Amino acid sequence: MSDGAPAVSRPDTETDEEPTPTAVTTGAQAVVHALEGAGVEHMFGVQGGAIMPVYDALYDAGIQHVTMAHEQGAAHAADAYGIVTGRPGVCIATSGPGATNLITGIADANMDSDPLLALTGQVPTAFVGNDAFQETDTIGITTPITKQNYFADDADTVGDVVGQAYALARDGRQGPTVVDLPKDVTLGETDREPGPPRTPDTYTVTYEADEAAVEAAATALMAAEKPVILAGGGVIKGNATEPLRAFAIEHDIPVITTMPAVGAFPEDHELALEMAGMHGTGYANMAITHCDVMLAVGTRFDDRLTGGIETFAPEAEVVHVDIDPAEISKNVHADYPLVGDAGVVLDQLAAAMTRSPDAAEWREQCAGWKADYPMDYATPDDEPLKPQFVVEAVDAATPDDTIVTTGVGQHQMWAVQYWTFREPRTWVSSHGLGTMGYGLPSAIGAKLAAPDRTVVCFDGDGSFLMTMQELAVAVREELDITVFVLNNAAIGMVRQWQDAFFDQRRMASEYPWVPPFDEVAESFGARGFRIEGYDEVDAVIEAALAYDGPSVVDVHIDPAENVYPMVPSGGDNGRFALAEDQL
Amino acid sequence: MSQGLQGRPPEERPHPTGRRNTQGIRIDPEVEAELLPRRTVISVLVKHEPGVLARVSGLFSRRQFNIESLTVGPIQDDALARITLVVEEPDPGIDQIEKQLAKLVPVVAVDELDPDAIRRELALVKVDGASPDEIHAITEIYGGHVLDASEHTVTIELTGSRQKIEAAIASYHDRFGIREIARTGAVALERGEETTA
Repeated sequence: MSDGAPAVSRPDTETDEEPTPTAVTTGAQAVVHALEGAGVEHMFGVQGGAIMPVYDALYDAGIQHVTMAHEQGAAHAADAYGIVTGRPGVCIATSGPGATNLITGIADANMDSDPLLALTGQVPTAFVGNDAFQETDTIGITTPITKQNYFADDADTVGDVVGQAYALARDGRQGPTVVDLPKDVTLGETDREPGPPRTPDTYTVTYEADEAAVEAAATALMAAEKPVILAGGGVIKGNATEPLRAFAIEHDIPVITTMPAVGAFPEDHELALEMAGMHGTGYANMAITHCDVMLAVGTRFDDRLTGGIETFAPEAEVVHVDIDPAEISKNVHADYPLVGDAGVVLDQLAAAMTRSPDAAEWREQCAGWKADYPMDYATPDDEPLKPQFVVEAVDAATPDDTIVTTGVGQHQMWAVQYWTFREPRTWVSSHGLGTMGYGLPSAIGAKLAAPDRTVVCFDGDGSFLMTMQELAVAVREELDITVFVLNNAAIGMVRQWQDAFFDQRRMASEYPWVPPFDEVAESFGARGFRIEGYDEVDAVIEAALAYDGPSVVDVHIDPAENVYPMVPSGGDNGRFALAEDQL
Repeated sequence: MSQGLQGRPPEERPHPTGRRNTQGIRIDPEVEAELLPRRTVISVLVKHEPGVLARVSGLFSRRQFNIESLTVGPIQDDALARITLVVEEPDPGIDQIEKQLAKLVPVVAVDELDPDAIRRELALVKVDGASPDEIHAITEIYGGHVLDASEHTVTIELTGSRQKIEAAIASYHDRFGIREIARTGAVALERGEETTA
């Protein structure tokens, strides 16, 4: 926070860590001291040649390093750690393939504005540009997918650079940063102790919105007849869940969430319309289509939310609150642009509201839509187990603050649709990038971030196959996580699209064979379970959750089950399909 | 047993008549105007450090902004450099370009210049040197300088607005034949007391 704007208290700016007793003698030690100074407690990574000096410095550090099976797993675990704690997760890898394996996770964090710091080894500066062994242009590759990246070129400053990258990942609109660490720099001599993490002086964040714009937005909201609040991921990232809930409840305004904002508003509250968009609820999509004033907070109006822009909230005046000015009017024109921190601006708006909108009729209408388009699934006796039933059963068997992570695909949508989320930072998923394989490593990161909470992962057979080697890590670290593989022996979402849009030509979407995931789990040293029918569901869930360690439940679900409601890509939210024949 | 998803099919639901255009702006059918691209100059002050130019130019390809020229050079403050961009986009696009540039961490300031700002480009033009007197005469008209003359070529320096340089090049092309051209993009500053970015 370098612009003198009103400070927003963040839990992570202070640390109880004792100052590190040993003095810095190398660049690598400066790197580690910077991390310790930032309050970093966990790191996720994989060793390798060019990063060895930093690992050597970690030998004496008070940071718990978790060795992952693959660098992609390290990036996802750190990403999930960042989502759950609100503080940057830190991942570390060597040069070349180590760095390139991080790329998917860094891109994922960039799309979802997750706080992530990636440290990469690099060949010594004298070799850079010579195509040396395990050299890759990490800065070049990561430039389009990072908030900022740094090539460290001096042992004296490398600690401060790491602190700067940490602060940038954390402050303002969060996002991933990278520091590339040439081996001669980390081995280089220095006695410079890094200062506390600080954003560069060219970086400014506006926390408070323009007061006149706030007044105008409040006037529009007070005059609204059909108001909705669209809560985006920024509500959670900005720790603005409480002011958002207070504002909605005070003024009786229905709340829709985007997928990253799931948990920002309790889904069992009468004002909750839950998630809108491609696989959102019918009632959220009706409300978003018919509203006349939309208070959108911390959202970038992703196409999976908006559908076709021509038909998105076509008659609504949009009040757009965002900490990133570049999001204002990027995809949807903002009639009332409010640049600032979600919580601060919601407080400003609350102060400017002298009455609530007169919207009783509208709330009745929204309640009517809830009754007209209930989220439901059929469970005929002659069809195999429905995945939605399993999601609801796990939800019923776990505490309210359980953290749910997922891969990407049908299982992810069933999880978000049929789990009742009540708290922020309990939904950990890959939204913008849609990264299959995110589920298991993110469960590992989430469990380390919140060891006292129940962590479950819903995965698909396709997603699980991409990163299941991380089970070795969960076993080694003795992490009590439970993975439910909703197994339909297919890349189900692709199969669903092929059936709907490609004349049922199921090219490369069905797996003629998948391994028995319960046996795979056992051979990794985890516990394996299998569910094949409704009568096994409750007992197996209970046993799997009761096992104190990682377990995998191979859930054989109806391979014909699809995800609905559905707004086809670029379609009209108000015309969501309830079944394939309506697409 | 539950029944699965229920509700009216899409075509039987009420639907608002309003629309947005592709820029996400609500359309007022009375005054629907198409937004045409316009050419403008954006000046960007950046920290003089490695990777800045890659981030700025990468932004243009990544977000598919139409860029006509990009010029970069030092300024009076050694710590900073100025990037001058000529872009062609409709108003919302120009707005986005400015905001995306401002968002880059090493960017200090972004400013769209006034239409009457001072803009200059530089061109080196090597022409066939068969009629040197005529070349000199044409060069005089456009305020250029002859920098080099050999037995068969004359190389001219031209500075000025884009239009002037285009006109000069057309004249050389029609009369003498052009062998090579090297051109810069535009550099620009606001007039008078007004500061640029």
